[in-house]
Amino acid sequence: MSTLTTPPAPADARPAPGARPAYRVTGGRVLRSEWAKLWSLRSTWITLGLGFVFLVAFGLIAAAQFKSRYDSGHHMDPDFASSTALSLSLFGTNFAQLALGVLGVLVTAGEYSTGMIRSTLAAVPHRLPVLWSKSAVFGLVSLVVGLVGVFIAFPVVGGIVSGTPAAQSLSDAGVLRALLGAGLYLALVGVIGTALGALLRSVAGGISVLVASLMLVPGLVSLLPSSWQNNVEPYLPSNAGQAMFTLHHDAVTLSPTAGLLVFLAWTAVALAGAAWRLMRTDA
Amino acid sequence: MIEAHQLTKRYGEKTAVDRLDFTVRPGTVTGFLGPNGAGKSTTMRMIVGLDAPSSGSVTVNGRRYAEHAAPLQEVGALLEAKSIHPGRSAFDHLMAQAYTHGIPRRRVEEVIEMTGLQAVAKKRAGAFSLGMGQRLGIAAALLGDPSTVMLDEPVNGLDPEGVLWIRNLLSGLAAEGRTVFVSSHLMSEIALVAEHLIIVGRGRLLADTTVKDLVSQAGGDTVKVVSADPARLREVLAGPGVDISGRAGSEELEVTGMPARAIGTAAGKAGITLFELTPRTVSLEEAFMELTQDAVEYHGSFATAGSAA
Repeated sequence: MSTLTTPPAPADARPAPGARPAYRVTGGRVLRSEWAKLWSLRSTWITLGLGFVFLVAFGLIAAAQFKSRYDSGHHMDPDFASSTALSLSLFGTNFAQLALGVLGVLVTAGEYSTGMIRSTLAAVPHRLPVLWSKSAVFGLVSLVVGLVGVFIAFPVVGGIVSGTPAAQSLSDAGVLRALLGAGLYLALVGVIGTALGALLRSVAGGISVLVASLMLVPGLVSLLPSSWQNNVEPYLPSNAGQAMFTLHHDAVTLSPTAGLLVFLAWTAVALAGAAWRLMRTDA
Repeated sequence: MIEAHQLTKRYGEKTAVDRLDFTVRPGTVTGFLGPNGAGKSTTMRMIVGLDAPSSGSVTVNGRRYAEHAAPLQEVGALLEAKSIHPGRSAFDHLMAQAYTHGIPRRRVEEVIEMTGLQAVAKKRAGAFSLGMGQRLGIAAALLGDPSTVMLDEPVNGLDPEGVLWIRNLLSGLAAEGRTVFVSSHLMSEIALVAEHLIIVGRGRLLADTTVKDLVSQAGGDTVKVVSADPARLREVLAGPGVDISGRAGSEELEVTGMPARAIGTAAGKAGITLFELTPRTVSLEEAFMELTQDAVEYHGSFATAGSAA
């Protein structure tokens, strides 16, 4: 029972010691709170929906395009001609990663831009549980969206391109692993977005760095001397991440496992930076 | 109970809070007064651990805020700026705060009712008026049933009804035995509800006093009496708690501790002619202004001219 009543308070409303409920902050409760916070915003539903649609629809469009060009005998550039059901169904990951990464940034940086962070940290003054909870909740949600997306896209794409050289089935070597890898990749992009938002405390800044590191840096590295390129390129977040869900690996790309490890390392670096900033600077 | 020891916050060259020492006790409303930029908000942010002190310390019920197992149960705070996500409904905002502590849904509904937000609880908080936003902030502050309630400028921008509501709320909370710490830059707001006052200017402690003491210290309750026979009037008025001063050879006396009406009546009974009987009304506002005069960051040119005259 609460002892707080609307004033003027009766004299017997004094809080009796020992009668107060025993509240307590725990890791699980912070997780529960972050879960509730994520789903109570309309932007979450919109952006996740967008990411999901990107993921599935672009795969289907790519497959339909491939099929129609193949059937009509139109010329295809060599890259597109060598597509597989897997690569076509994962065509949308590039776009879905933007939606998920941006939402990840919003999950943390959005609290700074609105002032919500003051409420959050007043409730959880140890702070770090907030970062871990946000990353875990959003990483898990991204994983589910990613996995559901690719496991819907692949069979449909497979149906569209059956009878063409791109046809593949789930039992083909490496396909299942690549689909799981794509889901995991999207989950980690979400976590990186969350970490960047917490590190930079700015929605615009977080999104810029995210887009730059996933999409622009690979282009810049091509300006380096080629001997450097081969040493640097495979370890960039974008390339290491892609190694997680490609079937054919050449000398300069990482194996799926190595790609996963390198991408995990990038995620850990981003989280460590976010944790450092969270503990070191005033909210 | 809030205790600050040599609490200091520096931002580069600027010292926002300068070696503050004070104690806020339970059972009364303590006003935290100072002009804009005096360091009130920074101090409150340090109390709930949002800002780390550069040196010194501040504790709540004997411990640093972050060391409590259930911080929201120790201190409920309404900070100066909005601390909500505008896209979330009031109910969802409170519920998210409640989850962190295992506070039941029932309690969330209780504080919504207490602050009169029932009708708008499911609406986006971003669409709230200033007064509604303030009520939501107070609902969040009361959520953990805290032993200390701390409000930064709670009446800013509220309509008269809202101001009255907050005033009653604060007195009620103090009457329940809670520690109530409320900041304002307006003495008139605080004087109506606070008993104890902590006054700061430019980050420094200017006064740690009570409303009563501040008034008498500033020369309130004094009546100027000019009479034909000051010497005899002195004898007539003398009594416990009455303080009379006046220069020899002058017809003028300064009487403290006795209302003008009683002085006039006493003089009339004694047959002493009064030429002048003037209560000197020093308002709290004036006392406050005098105290903080040197500590105001930005003077208007009009105010400067006035104080120079």
